[in-house]
Amino acid sequence: MDKIEFTLNGKQVSIEKDGTARLLDVLREDFSLIGVKEGCGEGECGACAVLIDGVIANSCIVPLGNAQGRSIVTIEGFSGTARYRVLEESFAECGAVQCGFCTPGMMIAAESLLNGNNSPSEAEIREGISGNLCRCTGYNMIAEAVALAAEKGKGLW
Amino acid sequence: MRKDISRSIGKVDNREKSSGSAEYINDRSWEGEVHYALTLRSSIVKGKIINITFPSAREDVHIVDYRDVPGKNFVSILEDDWPVFAEDRVSYLGEPILLLCGPDRTVLEEYRSRIVVDYEEESPFLTLQDAVEKSDPIVSYTIDTGDYAGASEKAARTVKETFETGRQEQVYIEPQGVVAEYTEEGVVLTGSFQCPYYVKNAVINTLGWSGEKVRVIQAVTGGAFGGKEEFPSLISCQVAVASVKLKKTIKLIYNRHEDMEVTTKRHPSLISYEAALDGDNRILGVKMDVKLDGGATTGLSAVVLQRAMIASCGVYHFPAVLATGGVYLTNTVPSGAFRGFGAPQTFFAIEMFMNHLAAKVGEDPVAFKTKHLAKKGDATSTGGIYRDDILMAQMIEEVKKMSGYAEKYRLYSEKGNPRGIGMSLFLHGCGFTGSGEADHIKAKVYLERDEEGRVHILVSNVDMGQGFKTTMMKVVAHSLDIPLDQVVFNNPDTKYVPDSGPTVASRSTMIVGRLLVEACEKLQKETGPARVEANYSQPDYIKWDQDKMKGDAYPAFSWGVNVVEVEVDRDTWETTLLGAWSVHDVGKAIDDRIIRGQVDGGFLQGIGYGLWEKMELKEGRVQQATVTDYIIATASDFVTVENKLIDNPYALGPFGAKGAGELTLIGGAPAVAAAVEQALGAEVYRIPLVPEYLMELKKNG
Repeated sequence: MDKIEFTLNGKQVSIEKDGTARLLDVLREDFSLIGVKEGCGEGECGACAVLIDGVIANSCIVPLGNAQGRSIVTIEGFSGTARYRVLEESFAECGAVQCGFCTPGMMIAAESLLNGNNSPSEAEIREGISGNLCRCTGYNMIAEAVALAAEKGKGLW
Repeated sequence: MRKDISRSIGKVDNREKSSGSAEYINDRSWEGEVHYALTLRSSIVKGKIINITFPSAREDVHIVDYRDVPGKNFVSILEDDWPVFAEDRVSYLGEPILLLCGPDRTVLEEYRSRIVVDYEEESPFLTLQDAVEKSDPIVSYTIDTGDYAGASEKAARTVKETFETGRQEQVYIEPQGVVAEYTEEGVVLTGSFQCPYYVKNAVINTLGWSGEKVRVIQAVTGGAFGGKEEFPSLISCQVAVASVKLKKTIKLIYNRHEDMEVTTKRHPSLISYEAALDGDNRILGVKMDVKLDGGATTGLSAVVLQRAMIASCGVYHFPAVLATGGVYLTNTVPSGAFRGFGAPQTFFAIEMFMNHLAAKVGEDPVAFKTKHLAKKGDATSTGGIYRDDILMAQMIEEVKKMSGYAEKYRLYSEKGNPRGIGMSLFLHGCGFTGSGEADHIKAKVYLERDEEGRVHILVSNVDMGQGFKTTMMKVVAHSLDIPLDQVVFNNPDTKYVPDSGPTVASRSTMIVGRLLVEACEKLQKETGPARVEANYSQPDYIKWDQDKMKGDAYPAFSWGVNVVEVEVDRDTWETTLLGAWSVHDVGKAIDDRIIRGQVDGGFLQGIGYGLWEKMELKEGRVQQATVTDYIIATASDFVTVENKLIDNPYALGPFGAKGAGELTLIGGAPAVAAAVEQALGAEVYRIPLVPEYLMELKKNG
C-alpha cells in the first residue's frame, strides 16, 4: 500500500492504495467519477482522458503513483467551468454528440488543445482530437464544434 | 404555426452525455452485493471437451455452466444452434464454456488462469473457401426473376467477375455489458442493448420462465451499429442463469480485447457476377452468387443473406435476374448484424462490376450506370415494384456539381496521376425483409398522457446514439402541436413498454415513428389522462413469398450517391482521402442535423470498410483484437463531407420519413474503391484496400 496525495477537481485528496493501480479505476471506483470511461484500456481511444496539470492523459495507462503531488481534473471537475459551458453549447449546436461515450474525453481533448492554442486551424483541431476515437460522428461535427467554441469563447482560453 | 420538422433542435440527451453524468451500464451502482462475472473460453478452434480440472474450490468463486441452465441452453434467434454455454464440444476459439462469479475480479482472474481444459481436437474449417469446398451451405436461397438463360442466349457477350469482402468489427466505443439482478419478482436484465425484447425472449427461453418474471431495461448505450442486436442476448442469458443460481446481482462487462475477439462481425463474402449484354452494351440480365461466412453459428445469417441477395441489382433495373446464395459455417467467431446487414458486401461487388463493365465496353462509368437506373414502376430484383419516385438521376447531377466530378475524373484519367475520384450509387430497403414486420414483429406502441398533460412515448426501440429519442419526441410534439418538453421518452423497460420491435433494419423511424403518429391521432380524440395504442398493419398491396423470394421485399427504399476523392502514395501504397460528397433521399429528415450525423458517421464506417478495416483470423484467432491493430479512422484521417438531402416524402412514413441509419454506410466502400482504381490504374476485386493488396495489384497488373 502506498499513500498517494493529489489535487482532484480542485480538492486535496489522499488515498491508500497500491501505486500501480490504474488511475482510471481509482477515479471510477474510489472517487465515483463515472464520466471517465473505459473504451479500450490501452491508451488508444481517449474515452478515459483526464487533465494532469492541464495536459491531456489517458488515465487507463497512468499508474496511480504518478498522480502524487499533481493536479488532476476529470470531466466532473471541468464541467463546472465557463470553458466547459462554451464547449457543451458548441457540441450541442454542431450535433457533435451521438452515443456520448467518447464525449467527455473529447471535451477534455478540446480543453487541452484550446489551452495551448486558442485559435487552432481545422488541421490543428483534427490533430488535437486525433487521440480520441469516435465511431458515431465521423468527427466532422466535433471538429466544427471545437472551432465554434474557440470562436465563441474568445478570451476564455 | 408549426415549423418545418426538419429544422434541427438540440438533442435531448446532449447535456447528460457531455458532462459525463449519463450512466452507461458500467457506471451504475447496484443495491446489495455485486458479483462480477468472468468467462472461461475455448482455447481451441474445434473439438470435444474431455475434462475440466478446477483449482481447489473457494467460497468466493462460483462456477456457472450449462448444467445450471434451467430451460434451453441455446440463444433463441433463428435456429437453436448457439449454445449459451458450451456443453461437450466447442466450435470456435473463444466460445464461452462457463462463467466464474464472485465479488473480487482479481481473484476470479487468478482462478481462471489455473483452470485446465482437456480437449480432443478436430479438424476445423478455418476459411469460407475451405467450407465452400468441403461442406454444404446451412441455408440457401434462389431469386429467379425474368429469364436469365434466355437473356444469356440472346447476349452479344457475357462478362463474369468475382469479388471478396472481409470481416468488419463494429467498434462501438462502449464495450458490451449487462447486469442481472435477482429479485422477488424475477430477474431484471439491464444493459447496452438495441433490442430489449430480443433479450427478454432469449432469457425466457433459457430460464424456461414465464414472461412476467423477466424484465429488461436498456441502459444508456454507447454505440451499437448492429453489434448490440443479437449478441447481448447471449451474455444476458449467461448472467441470468448465474443470477438465478446464486441469487445475486451479476455484472458482466467486456474489456475491449475480449469484445473484439468474441463478439459478432460483419460476414465475409465471396460474390460472383455474370452479365449478359446486348449489341448496344445494355445489360439484359445478371446472374449473381453470394456466399457468406456465418462463423460458427447460424445466428441471423439467413436474413443477412436475403438482404445481400435482394441487393443483387443494386440501384439498377435488369430485365432478368438469377441470384443464388448460401451461408457456410466455419469454425470462427460468429458473424452477425452490422449496419447494412448484407447490403454493403453486394453493393461493393455490383458497383465495381458496373465500373468494370463500363470500362470493357468503352463507356463512362456514370453514363453506363445511369442508363441502367431503375425507375418508378420498374420491377425490383424480386419482381416487386418500385412504387415511389426515384430521384437518382437528379441526385447524380447534384453530386457531380458539388464535387466537380466530371473535371476531376477527366484530369485523373491521365496515366500516372496518383489521384482518383469514384462514385457509388446505392439504396437500402427500409424495414424488415419480406413479411417480417407483418408476420414476426407485429409492432405495437403506446402513447400515454398523464395527469399533468405530459405525453409519454412507450416503445421498445432505443437511442444508441443515432438520436432516436429526439427524433421520436419531435414526431410526437409536432403531431400533437405541443412543446417538446411536454413529451417524455425514457429508456425502454419491458415492464412498461410493449414490443414495438427491435432497433434494427432502418425500421425504427419509419415504422415505429409512423405508429406514433397514428397514436397521436387517437390521443387527440381523448381528453385528460389516457393511454392509446397503435399496431402495425402491412399495406395490402405488399405481397411477399418467402420460399420463392418473390414480391415486394421492402415497402420503401432510401437512396444515395457518394463521391470520394483520394490520392494513393506510390511508395507506401497508402491511400489518403481528399474529399467526400454525398446526396441522400431519406424521404424527409425529421431533423437535418441528426441525419447529417448519420451521414458523416456511416460514410466514414463505409470508407473504413473499404480501405482500412482489416480483421483476419490465423488458425481461428483474431489477429487484430485491439484498437491499436484494428484500424478505425481518427479525426485526421477523414475530411469534411459535403452532404445534401433531397426531399422525397414517403406517404407511409412519419412526416414522409424513410430509413436512414444503414443507408449511409453502404456507398462508402464502392466509392473509395472506384477512386483507388482510378488512382492506381488497376481494377479492384476485394476490400479492404490495404497497402499490401494495392502493391500486389500493381505488381501483377
